[in-house]
Amino acid sequence: MAERTHKNKPSTERTSEELTSDAPPASEVGEKLKAELDDLLDEIDEVLETNAEEFVKSYVQKGGQ
Amino acid sequence: MAIPKVCGIETEYGILPRGTDPNPIAASSLLINSYLAGALGRRVADIGWDFLNEQPANDARGFVPDDVFAPEVEVHLVNAVLTNGARYYVDHAHPEISIPEVTHAREAVIWDRAAEEIVRSSMRHAAAVLGQGAELVIYKNNSDGKGNSYGCHENYLMDRATPFARIVHQITPHFVTRQIFCGAGKVGCEIPGRNDDEVPFQLSQRADFFEEEVGLETTLKRPIINTRDEPHCDPEKYRRLHVIVGDANMSEVATYLKVGTTAILLAMIEDDALGEEWRLGKPVSSIRAISHDPTLRTLIPLASGLNVTALEVQWGLLERAQKYEQSHGLAAVDESVGHDVLQRWEATLTALESDPMSLAHQVDWVAKLRLIQGQAERHDLRPGDPRLKAIDLQYHDLRPDRCLADRVGLERLVDPSEVADAMTQPPRTTRAYFRGRCLEKFPAEIVAANWDSVVFDIGSDPLRRVPMMEPLRGTADHVASVIDQSATAAELLERLGR
Repeated sequence: MAERTHKNKPSTERTSEELTSDAPPASEVGEKLKAELDDLLDEIDEVLETNAEEFVKSYVQKGGQ
Repeated sequence: MAIPKVCGIETEYGILPRGTDPNPIAASSLLINSYLAGALGRRVADIGWDFLNEQPANDARGFVPDDVFAPEVEVHLVNAVLTNGARYYVDHAHPEISIPEVTHAREAVIWDRAAEEIVRSSMRHAAAVLGQGAELVIYKNNSDGKGNSYGCHENYLMDRATPFARIVHQITPHFVTRQIFCGAGKVGCEIPGRNDDEVPFQLSQRADFFEEEVGLETTLKRPIINTRDEPHCDPEKYRRLHVIVGDANMSEVATYLKVGTTAILLAMIEDDALGEEWRLGKPVSSIRAISHDPTLRTLIPLASGLNVTALEVQWGLLERAQKYEQSHGLAAVDESVGHDVLQRWEATLTALESDPMSLAHQVDWVAKLRLIQGQAERHDLRPGDPRLKAIDLQYHDLRPDRCLADRVGLERLVDPSEVADAMTQPPRTTRAYFRGRCLEKFPAEIVAANWDSVVFDIGSDPLRRVPMMEPLRGTADHVASVIDQSATAAELLERLGR
């Protein structure tokens, strides 16, 4: 369970660029989620605040921790 | 051995009055009073909060720097104790619920969800009071997108004997990196000078607001480690670690992992089993850099000079925790819950590494990013478009007909009936049981209550304070039969005094 080797060992020389090349292929779950997304976006278009700009502007919350 | 990780969550909710007085303090009071009167049939402030022993200015480091502003205790605002052991009150300009003390992450999810349902019920009762289509809309989030933040704090019981400096050094790596699975996601950036093109989306609601590594404040110059030393229990034996760095989560899995992983690591720190391998070089800039990069590739410096990703830190912490389970067991966080947390933690890191979008039903920032990306693509929207910011806010809208989080298929960990029960019933496993049951059974004879005491008025005698300085005394095992057998508070006190 705890046996796991890192693909990339931490080092002082690494830069962000080195890590950008190995984007993984989307998994099966990912593909399924994409298919569901269209239905979800239809529903969201229906319930989303009609005047988004006014709504976002009016949402001000002062005095929080 | 590590002491039991009694814990709790306090959530300040966003409030937007519509068609009525816009003052957030008045609105928050109305919201809570509507619930007390409408759902519980209680008169306003029947049972008050007892402020004796509140000392939010005490600093865990043992001193108070000259230039800090200690939080003030506000005693004039609505402040109620509920039969489930929670506190429901107006804090500054927000309604806030502090859930009752619980003993593990699963209980924390149940009472956190119950708090959400109490707020939903409050909204319905407030709308009935207001009439004419006016309403108070409540948001379970932590930012208004304009530089104003409000908190979702966690609390964990710690052994006073554990050196505070060890806690600071060893838990900070987790507080900076755990956002990769418990961040609630945010459209845009609230650091002055940074714009939405630079940071169109980030992992955390709160990361932009942290400016110090350690400190006492909670409303300005927020620190990653908060030093408020107000244990609400025996101060010789315990401290309460007050964690202000987290986001409020809509996902039950995220709340579960947030509390579960943190409790395990704190137990390990008490047992000196975590070590400083992952001690960070620059925590404040790192918490922001990690939040600003949803590809999870950003490198942050360790104190040792190595550069690592947040995922690598998390893998390191998990591996240590798995070894700790073998060597010490997880009794401090509940063996079976702790074991389940470790398994979910591993599965979550594996998914974050291979395909983060596969966590759209477990991780809030992923669920939200999926909506944002889909909407942007469908309507050809640029970063900063108000429609994207509206989705961000509305993800946290607690109205059932508007809540986007309710529509994205988030995995549920607890049964709705458990949540419904927890709206009125206290946990059986902590002193919250005594507080909640007494409030339920003897409301007319209780004048005040707080975390560590209940004050009774049984007529001729002076007021009687029952102290509860031990968070694990007053559980159902200890007091259920005594409460059941007592017809009056006087009888209860007599039995307790024997």
